[in-house]
Amino acid sequence: MSAVLSLRGVTTFYGAVQALRGVDLDVNAGEIVTLIGANGAGKSTLMMTICGSPRARDGEILHEGTDITTMPTHEIMRRGIAQSPEGRRIFSRMTVYENLLMGAHGKPEASLKNEMEQVFTLFPRLKERLSQRGGTLSGGEQQMLAIGRALMSKPSLLLLDEPSLGLAPLVVKLIFNAIRELNRTTGLTVLLVEQNAFQALRLAHRGYVLVNGAITMAGTGADLLARPEIRAAYLEGGHG
Amino acid sequence: MLRDAAVSAVIAFGLFGAMIGLKTEVGVQTIELTPRPYLVLAAVVLVFFGRLALLAWKKSRPAGTPKRGRITAVANKAGRYLTPVVLVLTITLPFYAERYYVDLGVLVLTYVMLGWGLNIVVGLAGLLDLGYVAFYAVGAYSYALIAQNFGLGFWTCLPLAGILAAFWGVLLGFPVLRLRGDYLAIVTLAFGEIIRVVILNWTSLTGGPNGLSGIPRPTLFGLVFNSSGGEGSFAEFFGIEPNISQRGIFLFYVILGLALLTNWVSLRLRRLPLGRAWEALREDEIACRALGIDVTVTKLTAFAMGACFAGFAGAFFATRQAFISPESFTFIESAIVLAIVVLGGLGSQIGVALAAVVMIGGGELFRDFQEYRMLIFGGALVIMMVVRPRGLVSGRTPSVSLGDKRHISADMMTEGHG
Repeated sequence: MSAVLSLRGVTTFYGAVQALRGVDLDVNAGEIVTLIGANGAGKSTLMMTICGSPRARDGEILHEGTDITTMPTHEIMRRGIAQSPEGRRIFSRMTVYENLLMGAHGKPEASLKNEMEQVFTLFPRLKERLSQRGGTLSGGEQQMLAIGRALMSKPSLLLLDEPSLGLAPLVVKLIFNAIRELNRTTGLTVLLVEQNAFQALRLAHRGYVLVNGAITMAGTGADLLARPEIRAAYLEGGHG
Repeated sequence: MLRDAAVSAVIAFGLFGAMIGLKTEVGVQTIELTPRPYLVLAAVVLVFFGRLALLAWKKSRPAGTPKRGRITAVANKAGRYLTPVVLVLTITLPFYAERYYVDLGVLVLTYVMLGWGLNIVVGLAGLLDLGYVAFYAVGAYSYALIAQNFGLGFWTCLPLAGILAAFWGVLLGFPVLRLRGDYLAIVTLAFGEIIRVVILNWTSLTGGPNGLSGIPRPTLFGLVFNSSGGEGSFAEFFGIEPNISQRGIFLFYVILGLALLTNWVSLRLRRLPLGRAWEALREDEIACRALGIDVTVTKLTAFAMGACFAGFAGAFFATRQAFISPESFTFIESAIVLAIVVLGGLGSQIGVALAAVVMIGGGELFRDFQEYRMLIFGGALVIMMVVRPRGLVSGRTPSVSLGDKRHISADMMTEGHG
C-alpha cells in the first residue's frame, strides 16, 4: 500500500511551548485513519501542522512522496488535501450554495455540477437548505456543510477535525455513516481527529493515540478498542 | 406614569435651571445676571408633557411588536425599487436643477464613489481601513504633479493616478497582512497621517501647505470648457453660447461615469471567485486558509482595488478644484467616508449612495445652521445607529444562487461582525 500522507518526527512549537514531540504517522490510500486523544493532546495542532499553519519546526511531512513541510498553506490545499476545520467554521453570512462554491475556490461554477451532486447524495439535507444562510443552519447541518465544502475540491485526502463536536449522538451517527459510505464508494482517504474515541475507532481502519504531543499507541481500530488501557482512559465515563 | 414624568421634569429643572434660567449680559463694568424664570418653566413643562406623551405612546402599542423587523422589511422592499429611480433622477439632474445643485451633485457623487471604493475594503473584505483618504490624496497629487511636470491631460493621467494609488494600497497591505480589526485600524490610521505629513513637508515637490494650483481642467475629446469660447472650445465646436455652467455639467457626468464604473466593477467582482473570496475572508480567515485560498493575495487585491478607485476620485477632485492642498486630506475625510459606508449598510451599494446624499448633501443644506451643523450631524449618527444598527440598507443578496434570490435579512446577522 502506498502512503498518501507520512509524518516523520514532526515537532511543532507555539512560541516556547512544544505542542508536538516527534510524531510519526502514516495514512495509506483508501484508509480511514483516526487520531484520538484528550483535550490539549495536540490533535488539532497536528491537523494544522499538516496544512502548514503553524509550520513544523522539525521533521518532515510527505504528501504522495512530495515534501510539503515548508509549502505555503494554499499550495498544500491545492495538492488535493481538503480540511473540515475544528468548530466547522462555515461562512455564516453566505448561503449554503456559496459556502460550497468556496470549497472549490477558483474553479468555474459551471464545472462543479458533479461535485455538488455528490455532496447532495451524501447529505440530502443540504440541498433543501441551499439558499439559506449558513449561520441559520443547525449544528449538525453546519457540520455537513463543512464536510461538503471540503469535498467540493475533489480531494484525495480529507482531513476531518472533530466532526462530532457539540452534536447529538444521533447526528454523530449520521455523519460517521456518511464518512464510511464515502470511503466505501469512492475510496477516499480520510484522516479523522476525534475525542469521541469509541465511534471513531469503530469507524476507522487504523488508529493512533496522541498523548501530550506524542503517539503512544497505534493499531487497527478493533485492536485499539479492545485494549484495556484505551477503555480506561477514553471510553469509560460516558463516551460512546 | 405621572411619577416618571415628574421625575423627568425635576431632572430637566436641574439641567436647564442654570443653563437657560440665567442669562449673562455684559454691563458697564461687570457681568450682570438676568434671571429668566418663564423660560425655565416652559422647558420643564415641555419635558413633563413630552415624557407623558412618550410613555402613553409606548403603552398604546401592543407588547412585542416586531418593530425593527417591519422597518427592515419596508426598507429592503423600497431598496429594490429605489435603485432605478435614484439612477434616473441622478442622470437627468442637470436638466432640471440649478447650477448650485449640480455642483453639490458633483461633491456628493465624489463621496459616493469614495464610499463604493471603501466598501470593497471594509464592506466586502472586512478590513477596517481608517486611512482611506491617503489613497485619495495619492490620486489627487499624482494627477496634479504628472499634469504639471509632463503636460499630460486628465484622461491620460486618470489611469496613472489609479495605478499609483493601487500601488500604495499594496504597499500598505504588506505590513498589515497579519493584522485584523482594531490593530489594522490603527495602522491604516497612521498610514493616512504619514501620507498627509509627507505631502505637507515635501515642499519642493508638493508645494507643502501652499498646495498646488493651476491644475489643468479636463477636456472632452480635446475640447476645452471656458467662459470665453474661442478656438477649440466646447461652445465654439457646437456653436452655442459659452457658459461656465457647461463645465459644471461636464464634470457632473464625468464623476457620475466614474462612480458608476466603481459600482459596476465591484458588483462584477462580487460574482467572481475573487469577490467571493473577499467575503469569505470577512467571515472567517482560518476557514479560508483551510480551503486553500491564498489569503495574502486576497487581502492585497482588496486593498489595491479600493485604493485604485480612491485614486480615480482623487484625480477627479484635483481637476475639479484646480487647486489641492494637504488640508483636503485630513483624517476627518477618512472618517466621513467610513461613516458613509457604515451608515449605508456594509456591503450595500444603494445604501452607501443614500448615505452619501444624506451626509454630504444634508451637511451642505444645513450650512445655514453653522455651529449647530456638527451637532445635528453627530446626533443624526447616534440616532441612526440606534434605530438601524446595521445601516440604512442592511442585509446582503447572495452573489450566486440557483433559482430564486433570497435576500438575507440583517436581523439574522450578528451586529458588529462584518
